[in-house]
This record gives sequence, structure tokens and C-alpha cells, in this order.
Amino acid sequence: MPQNSRVQLQCPMPKFDFDVITLGHGSGGLLTHRLLKSGVFDILKNDVLDQQHDGAVVEMHGKMAFSTDSYVISPIFFPGGNIGDLAVNGTVNDLTMCGAIPQYLSLAFIIEEGFEMKAFWEILVSIKNAATIAGVSIVTGDTKVVEKGKGDKIYINTSGVGLVHPKALIHHNNIEVGDQIIVSGNIASHGMAIMSLREGLEFETNIISDTVSLKSTVIKLIETFGSDIHFMRDPTRGGVASVLNEIAELTQLGFYLEHKSLPIDEQVDAACEMLGLDPLYVANEGLFLAVVKKEIAQPFLTALQNDPIGKNAAIIGEVTNDNKGKVIMKSSIGGKRMVTYLTGEQLPRIC
Amino acid sequence: MKYLNEYRDPALVEDFIKEIHRITTKPWTLMEICGGQTHSLVKNGILEMLPTNITMVHGPGCPVCVTSISVIDEAIFLAEQPNIILCSFGDMLRVPGSKISLLEAKAKGADIRILYSPLEAVQLAKQNPNKQVVFFAVGFETTAPANALSVVHADRLKLNNYSILASHVLVPPAMEAILSDKDNLIDAFLAAGHVCTIMGMEEYYPVAEKYHCPIVVTGFEPVDLLQGILMAVQQLEKGEYKVENQYIRYVQREGNAVAQKTIQQVFEVGDRIWRGIGNIPQSGYEVNDRYKEFNARLKFQINIPLAAENTACISGDIMKGLKKPKQCPHFGTKCKPEHPLGAPMVSSEGSCAAYYHYAQADVESII
Repeated sequence: MPQNSRVQLQCPMPKFDFDVITLGHGSGGLLTHRLLKSGVFDILKNDVLDQQHDGAVVEMHGKMAFSTDSYVISPIFFPGGNIGDLAVNGTVNDLTMCGAIPQYLSLAFIIEEGFEMKAFWEILVSIKNAATIAGVSIVTGDTKVVEKGKGDKIYINTSGVGLVHPKALIHHNNIEVGDQIIVSGNIASHGMAIMSLREGLEFETNIISDTVSLKSTVIKLIETFGSDIHFMRDPTRGGVASVLNEIAELTQLGFYLEHKSLPIDEQVDAACEMLGLDPLYVANEGLFLAVVKKEIAQPFLTALQNDPIGKNAAIIGEVTNDNKGKVIMKSSIGGKRMVTYLTGEQLPRIC
Repeated sequence: MKYLNEYRDPALVEDFIKEIHRITTKPWTLMEICGGQTHSLVKNGILEMLPTNITMVHGPGCPVCVTSISVIDEAIFLAEQPNIILCSFGDMLRVPGSKISLLEAKAKGADIRILYSPLEAVQLAKQNPNKQVVFFAVGFETTAPANALSVVHADRLKLNNYSILASHVLVPPAMEAILSDKDNLIDAFLAAGHVCTIMGMEEYYPVAEKYHCPIVVTGFEPVDLLQGILMAVQQLEKGEYKVENQYIRYVQREGNAVAQKTIQQVFEVGDRIWRGIGNIPQSGYEVNDRYKEFNARLKFQINIPLAAENTACISGDIMKGLKKPKQCPHFGTKCKPEHPLGAPMVSSEGSCAAYYHYAQADVESII
């Protein structure tokens, strides 16, 4: 397992009474108090959290976006990140896709008894770093511990709120025939980074997850292009194909893709080929799809490509009037195929 | 990707398409053997580029599809035993047995691991001396050497907790079964490149000769398939029936001698029931006497009744080239990947799955 990409501890771990999380740490008693005080509260410090109340009281004025997501990834440490930064970036990105500016997050842990304190600390540091980068405050939370065997190391839930940017008008109803479909970077990197560590499939690569906050990139685009950005979505589980199928079904318009335009890292492409997986269905984390008005497609793409996270961005297709409700792709040799929903999980094939 | 993009070159594809159109004067029916070839044809949109008088029908070369329902029941039975870890290739998991699939058995608590190589199962047996590890050894001649090698390794390591549930099938007997069927429509075969990489081409000469049927050993990429089709049509138009090799970058006439030797060391040829087709004599591998302690069928008391196949599924007719997936009355209605009537709808190499995912009937301008 490549270790070099694991988050380097920047905060020294405080001295805890135990090397591992015990049931007592979730009891609500003294151990919980100590874990929170010398662990969670200190590292995630902010004015609202410092009040140590049952809930967060914050002031917000305007149209608000609200999102929640649970993170149950295995392995919890992977090339390019861990479950901690994933949990922050995931909810930040979901809010961002609504055209909102993420501001406050809640954070809830369900930890399996026996989980290493050192690993928990490492995850907390990543959470702090990701929250700092994304400019969000973690203002309320919860910690529960379940018996050994009743969970898988650690699960995290984050919820978040943010005010919708006044220039944003993101809704699938705004998608029109002729709109261009843009992807913000290489597809399938996150899923293949995880796959490369799964039991039975370990293979040597330098593939790293793309987990990152999309907030600043997307806010800049909204400032510039406003309501000409008709739709945005981050294609996480189920990949690019699933998002496009969802919006094809909702809008009853056709979505036409060109295979040769899909940006993909060569190693990721080769790993997919080797395992018999279609990169269109592989999960992403720090990636978004945008459906934009044709007239702004080029300047939008240029702006995106000038951003560090968007250097591989590409126009991958357009919205059409035929094949309503379907996603069709022109193959690399010029033939056409449908791109449907994935049924269940993608499984590696026999030969 | 180097060594792959060359075989997906649009300009080369166009040249082959033009040449196939130019030389085709009569209607011909060609069968590609392997499910990987079927998926490549449908996924790349090649079928709609071919002349209308060339019909591609899709052969039985999907190991998941032809594994009999009783064998899947055997695997589920073993997986449900408390002390057994059942290891399998990924795409066997979704295939329905007589009651449930391995995926459902896993959800109900059976210890089923998805592995990429049988040698990993041997490692697992070494790491878990108190458990019995069974590898579900399915596939054509392509996967047989690695599965055989796992037995050789386990024997060398003196592991008494490793065995395989073998369900290997062989291509040439299936081709003969198809060609000798009274309703046979096939004019030429594209033989499976990977199978021939292991087994070579010798076995195919008597088949081509006996049935006057051209056989072109073919690869899996668009350029491979179109060149294979062109070579087969050239023969048909000239009235020839030779065995030819399109997949020269991997296939040698004598095949891979080391791999063949490993197969012979561990397996013996016997009759095999093919799902949808029935019993084909001398069409499968079973673990031989020398390695019988690694045969899961002999090691464990598998006490289950022989299951009947779902008669609503026409996979047998499809795999014999008599029907196409969309001619099945249940295609996309009663039979979908989420609730399949038969295996070809869920296997990643199944022809019904290829049509369902890439070319459903209600799509404009798609075959």
C-alpha cells in the first residue's frame, strides 16, 4: 500500500488514556468528555463549537442549501486522502453543486470499539485541514461507539448548510437543447484508487483519489457565468454515466457523448481495462459535471482549465432533441452505443 | 493506451468497413464465439457499420452464461457452510441459481470473496488454516491453466484446506454441437483469441474440414474483429473453409505448451452440462484422480437436488445462433439485469446484457 500520500500529521496527538477507542468513549461520561475536550473540540475549534451546546446556533440570511451524506468507505486510508477529508469535501461539494457557498458543517462519528486512537487522530487532522481549505466551520457533532464487529472501523456523517449564491440558477429544468456537457477533470480516479487497495485486487499504481473541495473553483465560475450554468452535479457513486442518466430521465432530453473527448488518466484507463470496468461508472470525488449554455461553453472551459483542479477539463458532449431520456455515446471508432444505468456494483470479469 | 489504441484506430476501422462492404455479395451469418467479442461488437457500434447482409450471431463463449444452474447451486451450498470461504471471479456472483445467486448468499452471511486470480485463493487458504477455502473454477480453456496451477501450488504447499469446484468448458465440442444442430445457420466462426492463445489452432482444423466452415481466430478490439470478419467473408465468397489466424500477435498454431501441460497435469476431459444447451460429450474439465483431494465435489458432501432450468429463458437458442437477444419475448420486460431469467442478462460477457446496456430497441439510429 502506498504510504506516501497519507496525510502527514501536522498537529501533535494529545495524550489520551487509551491507545484504542473503547465503548466508554461513546458512553457520554468522563471518557467521552476527555476525548472531545482534548481531541475534537481543540482541533476543530471555532466560536460556535466552543459553546459546547447541544446544537449550533448560527445566523444566516437568504436562500439556503442543506445537504447530508454518510461515509462508509473501505479502506479508510487510501492514496490521496482518507475518510476524514472525504467526509468534509463530499458535503462541501454537494452544497457547491446547488450553487451554494458552504459555511457550516455537522460531524458525526460511529466508531467501532478497538479503533486505533492514532488513526482517529489522523482522521481528525484531515477533517480540520479539509475544513480549513474549504473555508467551512464544523459547528456541531456527535460521537457513538459500537461493539467490535458491529461496525467497520469508522463511519462518518456530515451535514452542511450554505447560502445560495445570488447569481446561481442551477436546476435541471434550465437545461436546453444545444447545451454543452463539461467535465471538470479526469474521470474514475477516486474509484480506481480505492479499487487498487481492495482485497483480492491489489495492483501497483500511482493512481490517487481526486478528493478535493470544489468550492472556490465553482464559486468563481458562478460569479463569471451566473445563470448560463444550467446544471451542475458531482458524479460520485455510479460515476458520470449515472448522473447523465438521471438528468436525461428528469429532463426527457437526449444526452450525447463522445468517447474520445472523455478525459482519463492513462493509468486509470489501463486499470479499468485490466479489470473489465467501464470508467463511466467508476466513482469520482473532486469532479463535477456542468451543463452550460452553448455560447459560454468555450470561455467556461478556458476558465476551468486555468484553475488548478480543472486543467484536464473537457467538453464531452451536448444535449440533443433526439433519443429523449437516453444517454448515447459515439464510440472511439465512430459507432454509437447507449449508456445505461449501472445495475448493482461493477464486478471484475472472469477473463 | 499503447498496444490497444492502435486497434481502435478510426481510420483503420473505416478501411476495413469499406473493404467488407466491397467484397460482400451474398448474405452470410457469422458467429463470434466469445462474449468479450460480442460486447466489443455491440459497445463499439460495429454491428450497425456492417453490410445489412452480414448477420453476426453471438456464441456460447461466456463462461458465466454456460455454467449450469446445478453447479451454481453447488457453489451456493458450499458457501453457506459455516467453515468454508468460497472464492469466485466477480461476474459469477450475480448469476441466478435455482433459488438465489451467490450475491444474495453473500448478503445472507455466506463468506464469499471476489478474487482476480485463483493463486490468491491459495494464499487465503495458507492464511486461514482453520477454514476450508474453495475456489469456484469456471471458465473456458483460458482460465484453466491458472486454476490448475492453484491446485499444483496447494499440493506443493501441502495444504489440506484448499480445493476447487471445477466447471470448465471447452470450445471445440461446443462448436461441433452448434454445427451439427439440424437448424444450424452459421456460415463461419470467429474463434476466441484468448482460448487459442492457450490451446493453439490444431483442434480447429478437423472442425473446419468436417463442416466446411471457415474459422478465423480473432481478437477483441474493433480492428481485430473487423479484420476477422473480413477474412471470414473473403473465404465464404471464394467458397473456402480454412482455419486462419487474425490474432497473430498472441496466437501461435501450437498454443502455449506450458499452460497446456499444466491443464493436463490436473484436469481430465469429461462430459459437461451447458446451461441452456444441455449435455455436450467430452466438453469439460474435471479434476483428475491424481489431485482428487483438491476436488471440492469429492471432498464435501454436496447434497442438493438437480435443479431444472428456467424454461422462459431462450439463452440456448441465442448461444446456438438461432435467435438474437431482442427476439426473446422477455428481453427488457420480464428479464432485466436487476431480475434476470437467465445468465446472459447479468454476465459482463452475456449477449443479452450487451444488447440491454448498449443497444436497446427503442433507441433511434441504434441497431
